[in-house]
Amino acid sequence: MQNIDSYTHVRGESLFVDDIIIRQDTLFGVVFDSPKAHGKIKNVDYSEAENLKGVTKIFTYKDIIGENQIGGILPDEPLWAEDEVHFWGQPIAFIVAETEAIAKQARQLITIEIEELPVITTAKEAKTKGSFINAPRSFSLGNTEEAFSDCDYVLEGETFSNGQEHLYLETQGCYAIPQENGSIKLISSTQGPTAVQKITARVLGVPMHKVEVDVIRLGGGFGGKEDQATPWAVMTAVAVQHLNKPVKYILNRHDDLRMTGKRHPYSSFFKIGLNKNLKVTAFEAEFLQNAGAAADLSPAIAERTLFHATNSYFVPNVKTSVYSCKTNLPPNTAFRGFGGPQGMFVIESAIAAAAEAIGVNRRFIQEANLLSENDEFSYGQIATKVEVQNTWFSAKKKFELEKIESEIDLFNKNNESFKKGISLMPIAFGISFTNTPMNHARALVHIYQDGSVGVSTGAVEMGQSVNTKMLQVVQDILGISSEKVKLETTNTTRVANTSPSAASSTADLNGKAVKMACEALLGRLVKVATEMLDEDEQSISIQNDVVFVNGQKSKISWETLVAQAMLERVALSENAHYATPIIHFDKTKEKGHPFAYHVYGTAITTVTVDCVRGIYEIDTVKIVHDFGKSMNIGIDLGQVEGALAQGIGWMTIEEIAYDTDGRLESNALSTYKVPDIFSAPKTIETIPLETEGNDMAIFKSKAVGEPPLMYGIGAYFAIQNAVKAFNKSYVLKFHAPFTPEKVLMALYEK
Amino acid sequence: MTVFILNNELVKTAVTPSITLLDFIREQQRLKGTKIGCREGDCGACTVLMGSLNNDQISYQSITSCIAPLGNAHGKHIVTIEGVNLPKKLNVVQQAMASNYATQCGFCTPGFVVSMTGFALKDRASNLNSCNDAVSGNICRCTGYKSIEKAGFEVEKIVEEKDDNHQIKWLVQQGFVPNYFETIPQRLESLLSPNSEDHSYQSNTTIVANGTDLYVRHADKLAQETIHLVAKNTNLNGISVADNVCTLGANTTVTELLEHKELRKVFPKLDVFLKLVSSEQIRNMGTLAGNFVNASPIGDMSIFFLALNSVITIQHINGAERKVRFQEFHRDYKVYDLQEDEIVKSISFNLLSENETFNFEKVCKRTHLDIASVNAAIRINMNKDVIITAHAAVGGVAAIPKYLTKTCQFLIGKKIHPQNIKGAENILQSEIMPISDVRGSADYKRLLARQLFFAHFIELFPLKVDLQKLIY
Repeated sequence: MQNIDSYTHVRGESLFVDDIIIRQDTLFGVVFDSPKAHGKIKNVDYSEAENLKGVTKIFTYKDIIGENQIGGILPDEPLWAEDEVHFWGQPIAFIVAETEAIAKQARQLITIEIEELPVITTAKEAKTKGSFINAPRSFSLGNTEEAFSDCDYVLEGETFSNGQEHLYLETQGCYAIPQENGSIKLISSTQGPTAVQKITARVLGVPMHKVEVDVIRLGGGFGGKEDQATPWAVMTAVAVQHLNKPVKYILNRHDDLRMTGKRHPYSSFFKIGLNKNLKVTAFEAEFLQNAGAAADLSPAIAERTLFHATNSYFVPNVKTSVYSCKTNLPPNTAFRGFGGPQGMFVIESAIAAAAEAIGVNRRFIQEANLLSENDEFSYGQIATKVEVQNTWFSAKKKFELEKIESEIDLFNKNNESFKKGISLMPIAFGISFTNTPMNHARALVHIYQDGSVGVSTGAVEMGQSVNTKMLQVVQDILGISSEKVKLETTNTTRVANTSPSAASSTADLNGKAVKMACEALLGRLVKVATEMLDEDEQSISIQNDVVFVNGQKSKISWETLVAQAMLERVALSENAHYATPIIHFDKTKEKGHPFAYHVYGTAITTVTVDCVRGIYEIDTVKIVHDFGKSMNIGIDLGQVEGALAQGIGWMTIEEIAYDTDGRLESNALSTYKVPDIFSAPKTIETIPLETEGNDMAIFKSKAVGEPPLMYGIGAYFAIQNAVKAFNKSYVLKFHAPFTPEKVLMALYEK
Repeated sequence: MTVFILNNELVKTAVTPSITLLDFIREQQRLKGTKIGCREGDCGACTVLMGSLNNDQISYQSITSCIAPLGNAHGKHIVTIEGVNLPKKLNVVQQAMASNYATQCGFCTPGFVVSMTGFALKDRASNLNSCNDAVSGNICRCTGYKSIEKAGFEVEKIVEEKDDNHQIKWLVQQGFVPNYFETIPQRLESLLSPNSEDHSYQSNTTIVANGTDLYVRHADKLAQETIHLVAKNTNLNGISVADNVCTLGANTTVTELLEHKELRKVFPKLDVFLKLVSSEQIRNMGTLAGNFVNASPIGDMSIFFLALNSVITIQHINGAERKVRFQEFHRDYKVYDLQEDEIVKSISFNLLSENETFNFEKVCKRTHLDIASVNAAIRINMNKDVIITAHAAVGGVAAIPKYLTKTCQFLIGKKIHPQNIKGAENILQSEIMPISDVRGSADYKRLLARQLFFAHFIELFPLKVDLQKLIY
């Protein structure tokens, strides 16, 4: 089944926040933000801006009735700066005017005096100066010290992976409309409707029931709208609270790029120990996460880095630690993979360094250390239903790895200006919010008396087609056709206390809740049918909109059945709650079973580097991926390809640049380049691994949003492989992204 | 008054012509299918088609409406996503996108559909595009593009069957576009009355061609100003070849250059070179003169025409004309030889003789739709195996698009030999002064300038030069 929104998407009829026809008396907001990365605010002069015709009001922290606090995990971030600013682009005020143009014009008229304070832009510098968000975390397994002393090879090294801009095509925004009795409705482009509701209530000083958050759909999120959709919604709400008129704020691209956080840059150190048989017996890593100026989701992201520090490998002795370093960048935030990719890049680098030192093909080390059934992760979870070796060996076989390798060798022998490179990238990615209490969801299913069905969940549709999967669940359980089912907007008054749509687990959590709701409804309807047909319950089923008895069509249609249930005053609505069983994690011991299951896979990436110009193309990415039993392979393949492209972008051309003053240099689409149609791999081939699936996943169809992003890491090592084929004296570096600049410098490094 | 056909409706508007076409479409007309992604022509979410009537023939081009001044829609057919929708069913492009799972979040999708419809509408005889080329200016952050590419292949395949003599009719019949498209040429004709417009240039107004640079930087400001739109000034249009001299009007777009039949014979790799320049949408809008007076040290067209040893013609408001060697046009960073009340009229160059060859190189972070880190071009005239003249230019390594006077001088009388090329490259390094910025470090740009200089010779004289001989 195609994405149920396809029809309206391709016709330009799907509505996003900015497309809603607004009330006539709507006012428009624009943020005035800090032009310095760190300093004391000495004076802000709003007078000229306030006097501009058409300016309604300029809001600052002084206008806040509740708390000036939007921090999610830690209360360390004001909505609007008070006496100090901590990053370039930090919101200071919110200008509300009759038109957006006037609001922007007014922004130009505000003058500010800032007494500058020292600026930290890198995690390393923050660590040196002791600037942290919270206490460091450490995971350990076995005894690395002893293990290293027994190793035949011990390598140490340093890596860096840069940040990444989400570049959701739809920028952040919200439309706030006053309701009766001081209530406010927010139509927000957020992955976390409840977060918006909760923080808005806190800042406004009102109970949560006064704030209704409605989400139609997002024009892309990728984690960037998990926590960071909140401030803009809260600002419009504050304005509504004071003005009692609707207020709309859609960020323009430059403001969005400048003011919002990104994927975290990481500076890391590794130490890896191997034996002659290439078994990695010990691994240590220290991760310095550049968290930016406030916690945001950084502590949770840091934690996931540790969870994935050994990727899909079993290492018996592990010691890893992570520091969330406080700097003067915008607070960095969730981005597809959530710290996992940064962790995996380090161990893949360590393996590359080891392979280079030992003089073996990197893939032999990878292969020698792949996870097996019942291996223990450094956080105590025992790996079960492990599929990584299956994906690895079937990728080798199905894609004829050795043939590809010999073709590359031959090509490289015969070409002096072009070199090809190859890499393998296995993945193991844990599914669940690592914060166990977040793993729950609800669904509200109404069967209307005409037999049509309305479904509300906590899932936010942002292109991942979660609504399509929800519809499939309804269709499958109730036995009705898809036209009968409508997915409603995500709304906090219908489904409350939601977890954000994140961690790849939205379809699992909400899908299980939908399934439970539908099963309860089905049970009641079957009972009605039993009486109508005078049969026992076991013999009744519903298929294709008709009641079946012992596999035979009866005369009772779905509509008739529903009408009868209505007459009999049977409840045709159901609200179900699902909480993931089994999972737990003890942070005091850093041990537990945080994940419902893992997703596995292996990608083979080949690239061609133009050694005259230093540019490159990704030729092929061939993947064997563990979908479990995919409930919608078309959609799931789309998730693999999209995530892969993003991962490759992160590793190749997407380069965030801040200057030493903390100003974003890659502040426009002309300076921050994401993949276009020509930079996508020439070929992507994805073969689903044949497995039995996992019952913890909805319909045994495993979560797919994040894991394939990490296949993109393969691009880095494939390029490195090609560079090395051209320049034998190139010394391996692990400093992503591998931009054309770095490639050319590496090709001609002496 | 701006008068045009928007989808199937006649629009007459007194709204200031300097606002963007995008804002007019979304805010005035409340057509919300055209999306706002970046407002700098870099994402394609706002793509619309612009249909122009030339000699009874209508031709459509995709443009980014976020940087197009409304005034340029005058006399045109503007097509938004709503304008390609068929009643109650999907058109061919839409169906291909939907069935290939080529839409995820849906925000970029209308832009892709419009670009691909533009591909289908393009006159096949001059169409050098693949469907991928047609969406070169459309960014999608969800799909990874392969599904979109598949949809494009399907569209390409269907378009192969197009009836060349009745293109619009055929597209209507096949279900690419609604049937009102057939009425457009006639309706446009009745719209266009001769002499309806004043092209005379007024002092102290900002001159705008198609906005690809000015509207990226100053759209808000320009929306409040009176601007002078030169795109309608037909005196500045057209490419002519006479007496071995090619003259290109200031308004010539990159697409017009790319598709010019005679010039493609002169430069067999013209489309390869020019597809490195920006995206389809921007090539359809960006003009040569715009690129020259933008005066970016990295302007692709500046480098291209510097190496062609061109002459630029400048026209005064009073009609007087003067010619300047293009090598002398750019004086310093963003300073160039254009006085008050003067505009660029045209640029001309001598066609390449049999003994002459030309090459253009460009490297940027992303190969397409990106600004170069370094770009370079060269024109070489050979007498047997000796260089008679050489004209080389390199961008991104100086305050201006750099013509390499000394390097060219050195090459004269030399044979194509690695030693001579390396010698010339040494001089090249003395002529450039790159700085470190977001497009790369100074060291990188120096190395890249060398590599692209070598690349010219590797491309043009593959039998005499190879990479290994040049770098060791």
